[in-house]
Parts: sequence; C-alpha cells; structure tokens
Amino acid sequence: MLQNKANPTINKSTGLPRKRFYRARAHSNPLSDSHFPVPLSPSHVDYSLHYPQLFPSADQTGTSKKIQFADIGCGFGGLLISLSTLFPETLMIGMELRDKVTEYVKERILGLRVANPSQYQNVSVVRTNSMKYIPNYFEKGQLSKMFFLFPDPHFKEKNHRRRVISPQLLDEYAYVLQVGGIIYTITDVEELGDWMKSCLQNHLMFEPLSDKELEADPVVKLLSTATEEGQKVARNGGQTFQAVYRRITLAS
Amino acid sequence: MEGTKMDARVDECERDDGNTQEDAPMEESEQNNKDMEVAPALVSVHPTQSSVAVALGSDLRVFNLLDNSAVSLMDESGGAYHNDSIRCIKYGTNGKLFVSAGDDKLVKVWSTDCWRCISTVVSEKRVSAVAISNDGLHVCFADKFGVVWVVDLPGFDGTKASLNQKAVPLLAHYCSIITSLEFSPDGRFIVSADRDFKIRVTVFPKKPLDGAHEIQSFCLGHTEFVSCLAFICTPDSPQGILVSGGGDSTVRMWDIISGSLLDTCEVGTKVEPNATEGNCSTVTNICTIPECTLIAVAIQSLRGIMLLTCDLSSRTLSVSKVVSIDGENFVPTSLGSSISGGLLWMVTGASKFRGSDVSSLSRVKVISGFKKSNPNASEQEPTVLADSEIPGGAKLLEKLQGSISIDEKVFLAAADAVKTAMCNLLIKKQYSDEKREFRKRTRNDKKSKQ
Repeated sequence: MLQNKANPTINKSTGLPRKRFYRARAHSNPLSDSHFPVPLSPSHVDYSLHYPQLFPSADQTGTSKKIQFADIGCGFGGLLISLSTLFPETLMIGMELRDKVTEYVKERILGLRVANPSQYQNVSVVRTNSMKYIPNYFEKGQLSKMFFLFPDPHFKEKNHRRRVISPQLLDEYAYVLQVGGIIYTITDVEELGDWMKSCLQNHLMFEPLSDKELEADPVVKLLSTATEEGQKVARNGGQTFQAVYRRITLAS
Repeated sequence: MEGTKMDARVDECERDDGNTQEDAPMEESEQNNKDMEVAPALVSVHPTQSSVAVALGSDLRVFNLLDNSAVSLMDESGGAYHNDSIRCIKYGTNGKLFVSAGDDKLVKVWSTDCWRCISTVVSEKRVSAVAISNDGLHVCFADKFGVVWVVDLPGFDGTKASLNQKAVPLLAHYCSIITSLEFSPDGRFIVSADRDFKIRVTVFPKKPLDGAHEIQSFCLGHTEFVSCLAFICTPDSPQGILVSGGGDSTVRMWDIISGSLLDTCEVGTKVEPNATEGNCSTVTNICTIPECTLIAVAIQSLRGIMLLTCDLSSRTLSVSKVVSIDGENFVPTSLGSSISGGLLWMVTGASKFRGSDVSSLSRVKVISGFKKSNPNASEQEPTVLADSEIPGGAKLLEKLQGSISIDEKVFLAAADAVKTAMCNLLIKKQYSDEKREFRKRTRNDKKSKQ
C-alpha cells in the first residue's frame, strides 16, 4: 500500500499521500444518514484496529489505556500529527465526516508510522458523524482534550443548528470530557468565533481558561499553526478567534 | 473552511427543515408520506384508574370510571381540540393532569378533575413524545427533530382561563426522532429514546427552564431504533429500573445511573411463527404492571401480548408467557395500566390508512389476573376479559371505541398500516450507489477542480 510504484496517490519518496488525489468538498452534510459503521458502545471501539502496535489483540482489559484526545472535524490531520509527538504517551483520535479526507489521514498516519518506527502509533482517524455518535465512542469523562478547529460556519441563520458547537451539543461534550478537561475552539470567521465563545460562556459546565493558563499551555499555539486551514489563514493574513474552556462540575 | 464559498453551495438538506425524512424519487415519496400519516390508536389509564383515555386520529375520548360516564372535554383555549393526529398521550403520576400532543403541533394539558384544557403550548415541529414531571409542575414534549422542550405549569385555579405558555429547549438528541420520553419514578431523571438506537438519561434540574445539561448516562446497546420506554419500580432503587423495546426485536433492562445493560430478552425469537404474520417483530409498546414484576410487551404482528418477568435480585428478564387474544384479530397498537388497578388495557386501531372508511373506530380490550410476583401460584392466570366484564362495560366501549361492535377485519389492516408507518419513519433507508448518485443530481458543485 505504501511505496507502491503503481499507486500514484502516494508520493514515492516520502511514502505520504498526495493531497490532490484526496480532494473533497470543504462542506459535508451532517444531517444525512451516511453509511459508515458506528460502534454499539464505547466498549465496542476496536483499539487494535486503530493502534495495532499498542493493542496487538482485539481483546482489551478494563485497565487498558483509553483515548484521551479527540479532534472533531480533523480535516487533513495537521493537528493530530503535531500532537502525536508532543504527547507520545497519550492515545488520540480524529473524527471526520468526509470519506476521502479520512482516507487521506489514514494513509498519512500509515506513511508516518513506516518512516518513523515506534512513532505515531498513538494517533488514528475514524470516519463518523461526531454530532450524532460521540457517546458511542467515548465513555463518561473519558477525554481530557477536545478540539474544534475551523469548523463549518453554516452562515445562514436557519443552518445555525448544524453548527458543531451549540448549547445542546455542549451537553454531550461535557459528558465525554473529564472534569478539568479542556475544549479548544478556533475559527477565522468572527461571527462564528463570537457564537462559540458565547455558547461556552453561557454553559454552566464550562469556564474560560485564564490568560496565564493559555500562555502556559503548549497546545494553544498549535491551534493556529498546526493545521492546513490555520496555515492558510496565516498566509492570507487573516485573524483568528479562539475560545478555550475547561469542563467544571455543575454547581448545584 | 473557506468562508465565501459556503453560500454558493446548494444544500440538499434545505428541504428537510420540518421533516427529517429525505424525499425519495417522486412516486415513492408521496406514498411514503401518506403511509407515515397513519396514526395508531393510543390508550392511557389514570394512575388510580378513575378514567381511561383513548386517542384515535385527532379525536380524544375519555371515559370516567368513577361515575361510569363518557367525558365531554372542555377546550376554551381558542382551538377546537386537536386538528390533526394525536401522537402521544399521558397522565401525570400525581393523577391531576393529562397531556395530549401530535401532528397539529399543539401540546394540550388537561385537568383530570373537570377535563378542561388548562394550557395549550405551540410546538415548532410535530410532537412525537410527551411526559409530565412527577410533581406536576412541568410538561416536557419532544419533536421529530430531536429537541425536548419544557414548559412551566404554574399552579392553576379552576376559574382561570387557559394560559398559553412558551416552551424552552430542555435538551436535544442531534437530528434524531425522539420516540419516547419518561421520568424516573423518583423524578430525578428524564429519559429520552431516539431513532438512532440511543437512550439518554439526563438529570432533571431544579430549574428546568434553564435547560437540563447534566447527562447522567447513555444506555447503548439497541441495534435498531428504540421505540418505547417504561420503568419498573423497586424498593432498592428509587430511580427504578428502565426497560426499553426496539426495532431490533429486543426488550432490554438498564441501570440508568451507570447506563449499563442489565439484561436483554430477544422477544423476536420467542414469538411462535404462526402467531405473527411475516417476520417483523418490532417491539412497539411496553407497559409495566405495577405491584408485580411483570412487563407487558406489544410486538408488531403478534395478536396478543407477551409477558416478561423481571427477577429483581438477579436483574434478569425472561419470557413468562404469551397471552393471545382468541377469536379476534387483535394486534395492540398501545398499552396502558394504572398503578393500582391490576388491569392491562389495550387498544388497536389507526386513522388515515388506505382503503379505510371506518378509520374512526378502535377496539379496546382488557387483561386481568396479574398476581403479585409469585411464580408458584397457578390459580389465577392472566385472562382476556369479555366485553361485559370490562369496567365501564358497554358504555365505556361505546365511548372509547366509537361503536360497540366492530368488524374485526378492519383492525388487521390498521395494524399493518401502523407497522408500515413505523418502519418508514424510524428505519433508515439504504440506498444503492446509483440511487444515491441520482439523489445528489441537484447539487451544483460537483466539479472536482479546486
């Protein structure tokens, strides 16, 4: 599959996929019932499929490591690749709705694993609709970080309900995030930035990180630099709007 | 994601605003939509069995068992009762309130003392499930787009005219039809089930109008849509044990605190082949029979009900028996029981189904003889009561059925229509690749050059 002369979609010298063969629309419909397999419950997620070196058999015990970082709408995987070496002991996964783009990320990870033995074993990608199926993948309080980088703005007001950050979906994100877990959002669309910030600000289970905490967090810098989208924005001299919040217990 | 290109895209989904079902090529979709209009007859029983209500189409019929009389509803809230099919009815557990809602996008709250409509709430979308909080202070209703709404019911006095309250969102299942809504016996949790196989258990807050944000658990395990929910009350767990039925022909038992699956009963395999027609064994209704650990299950095409027993110590489910309705083609479309009466009420019927002139008729039957859990006792078996033995007798049947005696052929057709409607609504359509390409034909952005 990798350095295959007959397969032009993979770059012969780097073993990495060529983006032009994985082009897809930037926009995908989160409301349609696409046909991809969904695990029945978090205990049905096949870790041996995603992290074969770390989980040689499909049989996992209860004390095994679990996925802790989730990149929602991971696109071409830029953030995940950076996080993988920054947090080599942490399992992480990207979720993406678009078929071709998921394939690209899969190939990219496989290529990197071959070129860098024992690295990139902790990162994987899955094609799924995270707005519907997050509880199928993660148990209560499982995640310590969730990422929403440059999500689809859905400009028209009637489409606002399709936005990946919304007051109702935040209930589900709060459920899968551990107390103290962090949600990172960034966008280059100011209106969306305001929207996401206000949803998080108004949700009783999230509080903003202080400026000091933001400074100290190595991940924050990656938000605008690690992804293809972020790099494009920087090239075009655009502004980004981020909102980083911590999951807290609901005050009774 | 580039900003400017977004607006130019044509979204297939723009048509989906009020209807989560996507349109298939012309013929098929018209027929499907017609089929989905079919509304099953519903029954609900007052907690102390002081009255029984049946809904058929837009008609709400109530019979008062205390003074053996048909009830005339009083609705001064400006509408003439319901204008379209009622999809869900329920009594509140404190017995003072009753709620009805459905395709006319109206949620009506009735006082059970005088049967006056004390509140009409307008919903943005068609309503698919309702529930009243145990303290009678809030009514929740769910729509077909996955949002559960809540409305306050302030204490009312008999003389005040009906108030119109505005509902606020309580929680949401993203873009999924919510099929059932129930409060736990202790009122701490609200449970919502959807068509995407999920059951969500949410903490019902002290101030519900601010939203219910704290999810307690998800009960995941069904492999098809979840169609119905019910609670078994047990002294050990004040939050009760949750039981659910689904399109995967199973009844499952859950611990809602942790979301774990306690037991599964494959009712589909337990139904004898000649008792049902075809091989569709979706569980359509479940009803717990209080004061004994029995669960009555209505299964598509089963002419009768299946009784399951729940063993509270081992937390397992098993089939107790199948009670068939002899001599009549009766496939229940809805089940109900009171907290004290010890009777299981069943109704069959449907409105707006093809080829029917008599769509305003329903058939009511009652099963009695449920003992408190005592597996060794064999004296009293659950039996189907004859019409004359039913509380309220002929008067009740006339009011709730619409007529005393009915041509039963009508009811098999009705049950069949209800089955088709449910499948069309809740089972996701599988399209072949060509069909999918055909459906995308109106997209104007398929050019691959970027």
